[in-house]
Amino acid sequence: MEYVLIVISAIFVNNIVLSQFLGICPFLGVSKKISTGIGMTGAVTFVMVIATIVTFFLQKTVLEPFGVGYLQTISFILVIASLVQLVEIILKKVSPPLYQALGVFLPLITTNCAILGVAIMTIQKDFNIVESVVFAIANAIGFGLALITFAGIREQLDLMDIPKGMKGTPIALVVAGLLALAFMGFAGIV
Amino acid sequence: MNQWNNFSKGFFKENAVFTLLLGMCPTLGVTSSAIDGLGMGLATTFVLVMSNLVVALIKNLIPDKVRIPAFIVVIATFVTIVEMTMQAYVPALFDSLGLFIPLIVVNCLVLGRAEAFASKNNIGSSIIDGLGMGLGFAMALTILGSIRELLGSGKLFGSVIFPEDYGMLVFVLAPGAFIALGYLIAFINQVKKEA
Repeated sequence: MEYVLIVISAIFVNNIVLSQFLGICPFLGVSKKISTGIGMTGAVTFVMVIATIVTFFLQKTVLEPFGVGYLQTISFILVIASLVQLVEIILKKVSPPLYQALGVFLPLITTNCAILGVAIMTIQKDFNIVESVVFAIANAIGFGLALITFAGIREQLDLMDIPKGMKGTPIALVVAGLLALAFMGFAGIV
Repeated sequence: MNQWNNFSKGFFKENAVFTLLLGMCPTLGVTSSAIDGLGMGLATTFVLVMSNLVVALIKNLIPDKVRIPAFIVVIATFVTIVEMTMQAYVPALFDSLGLFIPLIVVNCLVLGRAEAFASKNNIGSSIIDGLGMGLGFAMALTILGSIRELLGSGKLFGSVIFPEDYGMLVFVLAPGAFIALGYLIAFINQVKKEA
């Protein structure tokens, strides 16, 4: 039951993009097509889960026992940056088709604040390892849900007659606002 | 390029938020009030100036292949300094900015300037570039924060302009951030076209 609550809360109530404002750059940047949205979601899920597990053990076995909690930011971002590189190299070797699908998105992920954000949030919420993994997966699904829905709307938006000044980013932001408004409807279910 | 242009480009022509669309997460996340926006903007400015300075100093020592991780370490160091300083001296602001302070590390604006400007220019220009871009970012956040605070709760920098009952609560909440920024960018685009 506890895990169900974590999942519903992360996907709908506190959606990582639409109510916590993490990962806005890919949300606006790669949402022009549904297919790229799906690719990005795959890459984010992959890295987010691995990064959360690695940073969890880093925090519990190194930072806390040695009392160097202030190195959290600097060590987490280093771990994530090298992890992304590592994942890229391994994927290229082990599974070329998957690399083809996710490859272009991987370098972008280092500066995706959703990854670092989730890693820090798991520590702040004092989750154990299973809860952390569930939390990471749920947040990745939440990210995918927001991104793919938004990409679907933007594909339709291209065909619409939009006032000149609102074309491009402004209308995309207003649409994202309406989407966030819809997600506010989930408030209170957990 | 003369130094005045180098400084002033960050405010309008190459404004991080309105034109380049960099650093959108803090832009949307912490602008529910003007003072939060200003605080975030100034913290980012400090990190930007210091990281530009250090990157300009060590640019010839870093091998090209590992320059991005090296830049990230430099940035993360200054973010940690800002984090600890704010926690000690402005705990209220530290609490309301919360998670977004460590996330300055992954603000594309900071890494972007290190990569695009500081790694190619001398120390003086890099500091001025960091200052200009940082203050331009702070300005954008403060404007957006003021608009949201005024429309949402009838206040400006905490002082009451009109009773809160007439405020539109949605502007303080998440959807209002997207909508307000959307219209603000549309407005800026229009002004630019006429100028």
